[in-house]
Amino acid sequence: MPMPSIAKRLLKPAVFTLCLAPALWMGALAFTGGLGANPIEALTRGMGDWALRFLLVGLALTPLKGITGWGWPVRVRRMIGLFAFFYAALHLSSYVVLDQFFDWSAIWKDIIKRPYITVGMATFIALIPLAATSTNAMVRRLGGRRWKMLHRLVYAAGIGGVFHFFMLVKADLREPMIYAVVLAALLGWRIVTIVRKNAATERAI
Amino acid sequence: MLIRKSKPHDIRSSEITPSGAYMDRRRFLATGAAGAGAVLFSGLFMPTVGRTAPLSGVIKGSYTVDEPLTDKEAATTYNNFYELGTGKDDPVENAHYLKTDPWTVAIDGLVKGAGTYSFEDLIHPHKLEERVYRLRCVEAWSMVIPWVGVPLADVIRRLEPQGSAKYVAFETLVDPVRMPGQVRNALPWPYREGLRMDEALHPLTMLAVGMYGESMLPQNGAPIRLVVPWKYGFKSIKSIVRISFTEEQPPATWNMQNPREYGFYSNVNPDVDHPRWSQAKERRIGEFFKRPTLPFNGYGEDVASLYAGMDMTKNY
Repeated sequence: MPMPSIAKRLLKPAVFTLCLAPALWMGALAFTGGLGANPIEALTRGMGDWALRFLLVGLALTPLKGITGWGWPVRVRRMIGLFAFFYAALHLSSYVVLDQFFDWSAIWKDIIKRPYITVGMATFIALIPLAATSTNAMVRRLGGRRWKMLHRLVYAAGIGGVFHFFMLVKADLREPMIYAVVLAALLGWRIVTIVRKNAATERAI
Repeated sequence: MLIRKSKPHDIRSSEITPSGAYMDRRRFLATGAAGAGAVLFSGLFMPTVGRTAPLSGVIKGSYTVDEPLTDKEAATTYNNFYELGTGKDDPVENAHYLKTDPWTVAIDGLVKGAGTYSFEDLIHPHKLEERVYRLRCVEAWSMVIPWVGVPLADVIRRLEPQGSAKYVAFETLVDPVRMPGQVRNALPWPYREGLRMDEALHPLTMLAVGMYGESMLPQNGAPIRLVVPWKYGFKSIKSIVRISFTEEQPPATWNMQNPREYGFYSNVNPDVDHPRWSQAKERRIGEFFKRPTLPFNGYGEDVASLYAGMDMTKNY
């Protein structure tokens, strides 16, 4: 679907502003005492929620393009992915700075002893090379094929993020379940697409 | 005084939500909508705490803590009470569903005074006292709360348990209308907890009916809850409707849910971590830096002898 040029020009600034809104909102709440009795927990959880949401939104853009044929979802994919990294970094910072206050020995013990933190940390580490190679120059340097291979790490990050959430819940699994279902649908769409494509190729031969 | 034994499936007229409650909620929502803009960037974005009645004739108890009290607003809005929802702010939002007047408590098992007691008959023979206790949640946060209640030991002695009674078991109300969190099975209802008889008779253990000088709010376990300050908060069962005296160790909800993570004893212990997080430190609500967690939540002098010779890493 061709887009009017004004919409085309506004697309990225609009998406950027929308993506930044949760951080600004939570920041405003933090400074006005609006995060409740345990603001550090609320902030850490909130940033984690948004990291996972942006990761899933990022994973939804290719299926959205495939189903609707629209071009714009893929044009904002890099920005969405970088915002997922941005919120994951805030989530991790909130844990390191506000929750543990740089108690590195406690943090290290957490990473090796607590499976949900191990998985969370691994997920964050998986996102680092993706953010680092997000520029056009890096795509050129790596070459499209290798860049694409590397960026398949995002699937592992999505699975890791959902697992991380699952593992920290005490009893009520509804919320992580929603993320798991969405992730399964997004990954499932890709599998179905590949299978269909292969079948079509076979028929063609 | 005994009252007619009610069956669990009986619906008392008091269980039907009165129209006033609906109207209150509508008014609350309307006020909320009108005020939302003004409230957006202020710290007032909090649900109403609820109505309380001041308690009279409360004497100062002998137990107190030389630490600042937790903000009442925090203690009445940041709660774990899955019967009213699993989020921390669900209990205060759903508090209006939990009507607690009238309220009865069934006393059964190995006890002379078995029967169904009204709230008043169970509590009023005793003198209400205020005690300031630390509360340590298994999730590694803590508060300091001025409870109002009676020593459980006094109530137990009045009920005269038989010599064969070794444990005291407690149950929370099951009523999905008054406790909307029970519509789903986040936990196996009813919520159950238990104490060994010597723990139940310990002078620190109390049945609380209020806090901060006022009657207990639904989100904090109205009208009557247990407070066992040396154990993780989930042992202090809320909105009690049954107290049973048993020979065998009674089932406890979180222990049933995940025995590896939540033991029957669940004494506060910085040296025994929850499998998924450390228990060495805690965040006192209202403070920035974490503080070290104390063995038995700082009540070791009073209660450590109860567990002499026991391996606390096995009997966690």
